Amino acid sequence: MPGIVSYGAYIPALRLERKLVADAWGRHSMGGERSVANHDEDSITMCVEAGENCLHMRQREEIDGLFFASTTAPYQEKMNAALIATALDLRRELVTADFGNSMRSGVASLRAALDSVNSGSTRNLLVTAADCRDGHPKSDEEQAFGDGAAAILVGDQDPVATLEGDHSVHNEMIDVWRTAGDKFVKTWETRFILDEGYSAHMKEAVSGLLKKYDLKPGDISKLILPAPAVRPHGKLTASLGFDPKAQVQDPYLSRIGFCGAAHPLMMLTAALEEARPGDLLLMAAYGDGADAMLFKATDAIGPPVNRHSVAALAEGKIMLSSYVRFLSYRGVLEAMPGEPFRLFPSATASWRERKSSLRCHASRCRRCGAMSFPVQRVCADCRAKDDYEEVRVASMTGKVFTFTRDNLGGRSDDPVIVQTVAEMENGLRFYGIMTDCEPDSVELEMPVELTFRRLYEGAGFHNYFWKLRPAKRGGIG
Amino acid sequence: MESIRDKVAIVGMGCSKFGERWDQGLGDLAIESAYEAYEDAGIGPEEIQACWVGQVSAPVAGIGGTAVAEALKLHDIPIIRNENWCTTGHIALIEACIAVASGLYDTVMAIGVEKLKDTGYPGLGTGRGMSPVLEARRTAPGSFGLIAKRYFKTYGLSDSEGKEALAKIAVKNHDNGSLCPKAHFHNRVTLDKVLNAPIIAWPLGLFDCCGNSDGSACAIITRADRAKDFRPDPIYVKGYGIAMDSVLPHLRSGFDWIYFDSLLHSSTRAYEMAGIKNPREELDVAEVHDCFTITELILYENLGFSPRGKAREDIDAGFFERGGGLPVNIDGGLKCFGHPIGASGLRMSYEIYKQLQGKADLPERQVPNPRLGLAHTFGGPPQMSAVAIFGNEKG
Repeated sequence: MPGIVSYGAYIPALRLERKLVADAWGRHSMGGERSVANHDEDSITMCVEAGENCLHMRQREEIDGLFFASTTAPYQEKMNAALIATALDLRRELVTADFGNSMRSGVASLRAALDSVNSGSTRNLLVTAADCRDGHPKSDEEQAFGDGAAAILVGDQDPVATLEGDHSVHNEMIDVWRTAGDKFVKTWETRFILDEGYSAHMKEAVSGLLKKYDLKPGDISKLILPAPAVRPHGKLTASLGFDPKAQVQDPYLSRIGFCGAAHPLMMLTAALEEARPGDLLLMAAYGDGADAMLFKATDAIGPPVNRHSVAALAEGKIMLSSYVRFLSYRGVLEAMPGEPFRLFPSATASWRERKSSLRCHASRCRRCGAMSFPVQRVCADCRAKDDYEEVRVASMTGKVFTFTRDNLGGRSDDPVIVQTVAEMENGLRFYGIMTDCEPDSVELEMPVELTFRRLYEGAGFHNYFWKLRPAKRGGIG
Repeated sequence: MESIRDKVAIVGMGCSKFGERWDQGLGDLAIESAYEAYEDAGIGPEEIQACWVGQVSAPVAGIGGTAVAEALKLHDIPIIRNENWCTTGHIALIEACIAVASGLYDTVMAIGVEKLKDTGYPGLGTGRGMSPVLEARRTAPGSFGLIAKRYFKTYGLSDSEGKEALAKIAVKNHDNGSLCPKAHFHNRVTLDKVLNAPIIAWPLGLFDCCGNSDGSACAIITRADRAKDFRPDPIYVKGYGIAMDSVLPHLRSGFDWIYFDSLLHSSTRAYEMAGIKNPREELDVAEVHDCFTITELILYENLGFSPRGKAREDIDAGFFERGGGLPVNIDGGLKCFGHPIGASGLRMSYEIYKQLQGKADLPERQVPNPRLGLAHTFGGPPQMSAVAIFGNEKG
């Protein structure tokens, strides 16, 4: 029976207190915090994180498709899903597709995956969605938005939740949009877009679904309603007749913010993490109309099988010290350049080295067992030539072997780079940068793990590679 | 392998003023050191039969050996340029010596020259020679800073004990540099000033890092059997060692990040060739690659000057100071004399050459009656090492 097999979200470690934004502009704060992608994160890296979380301890060879949904894809032309699939070390015979342009693209990709598995054309499909949208500086959106990702594994065996029904409406209106080339999200008058757009159509989709399947609000265990901000979420749930305490999934709007196309799947993940057999989960998503989907938790649902729960990801955080730094990380302010980086990337070299730099493979010598990252054709220990097997490093944990806090190599808006050598499993050494850390808290023997990140820009394309990060982040780890 | 010992001699050397030479280009710097060397050897450019050039990067100076050919008008002879990071100048010198030892040339030049101050930024920039992806914003202080934490941990030094040992090296080298007219920096510094300086790559502060300088140094080399035709006090090459390693030495499991194979192999080979059994006792003066104070500290142990784990005791005892058992970096080292990458190996050799001749520019800098001196460079992020040993007596 097809359905959802696994799930996992990702919320970046950085948070910005909304008060810092409000104070900078002499405005009212919405209260709470919003999540912020680090300067080495984007929708691709966040999908890799969510995918890793979702695929924790699973056989990757069984996956035969990967979908990516976002309105903030790093590449406008080029298959973003192909890069995510490579970083997740999925096999090459794979169906990939990018979904975009709408807050509903995450839900659309989930539906497409369920249809694909239902039809028998694929057996296991990983859906990933992420967004890191920009509101105009000073706007409500700038405070309300958050950055995050979610991944849902759809499969034909042992689902933890099955799709029981759905209902969709579409509606053309100019309420929230970006034209080609726009960096910042534009909006029409708030009352118009909330009343005639968001609330009207979410209501229509949810009520339509309940009616279609002869259900009452009281039959639903969890109502999953993503919303652009805290206030419209409260208003909508109240008007639909659900019990806000018992039946409504925490939308994470106050602590994280609205994560665009990823938000419905992130909330669905949070709901699944706490669901019990037989629970009915009603998820809706808005964007030029609305989709509602009804899931039923099966007897297979139990304690979460992913690595980090949404609740833990929401808990573990590093506070961004200033609004100015946020603006610089987003590329709104152009801070002074750091030390020049002298090596320019080559698309051919990057392609040739993808097994090490994207798939994060090390070599293990068949003769002496020595492991090296990146892959070495001639063994560094015994010089055996071309006699090695590739080993995936990305899921390994390790400990700091040595480090230095380098004040010279970083961006000027994040000047300290923690150059780190970590000893991973089997004595493998990984030499890289530590990210998402408080530099002064790094110490020898500190447990670390690997994370896929975007490096500096050069030659007009993005460069991705693996970095280290502390295995413990606040409540996580 | 054959030995080069006593087959080759240096009969002339020159060294430019090091520092921020805004008004002097790469060619001007080469002219400054080369013409001092010609004068020192008592010859002119027409006697140079081949030239080895050490130069890492020069944004406006072109490629190959042309920059030197252009400046010195050394036309119609082979000019061979090499690039091996900080060992570049040293390897130019050693290759020139090997060529003379082969018997194919009588008189050749080795010249190292670097113009770092045309780049618009104070450091070397990030990018240490690997793939742009794996590179991941590595800087020179960051790369060498990694050594410190391992050394401190291995020998049970607290961060403050370790940092103080490093600071004493900076104080020594600044004191030495203050007496050296051609050095980039002439200021003396106190221990407190070094310890409280801004951090560059923890634990390395500003005074733990060498100067980024323009400069050039040059040697004229001939066969040992005709060296005295040039001058009464030629300096003989006693031995050398060069060793490369992978750009990522940690590829070998168990690499301890303190003792580098390239250092151990290059110095062992040089000592064997020179017939040195106990470098701590037999060497009279040494110039070592103090790009950072932590580098000089581990070099004491890697090059066999101090027993492993005992460098700090020797530092505290003043063993490497002027007047100590083995004066190290008596001209201020990279720290104060400056570090124009491709010139440094030849600059160190210049200091040893002058010391062995008893001709240090100021009498208070002269080591009393030296016989054997060593110059050493350590390059890359770091994994290439070159050692050359010189003596003032032909064996």
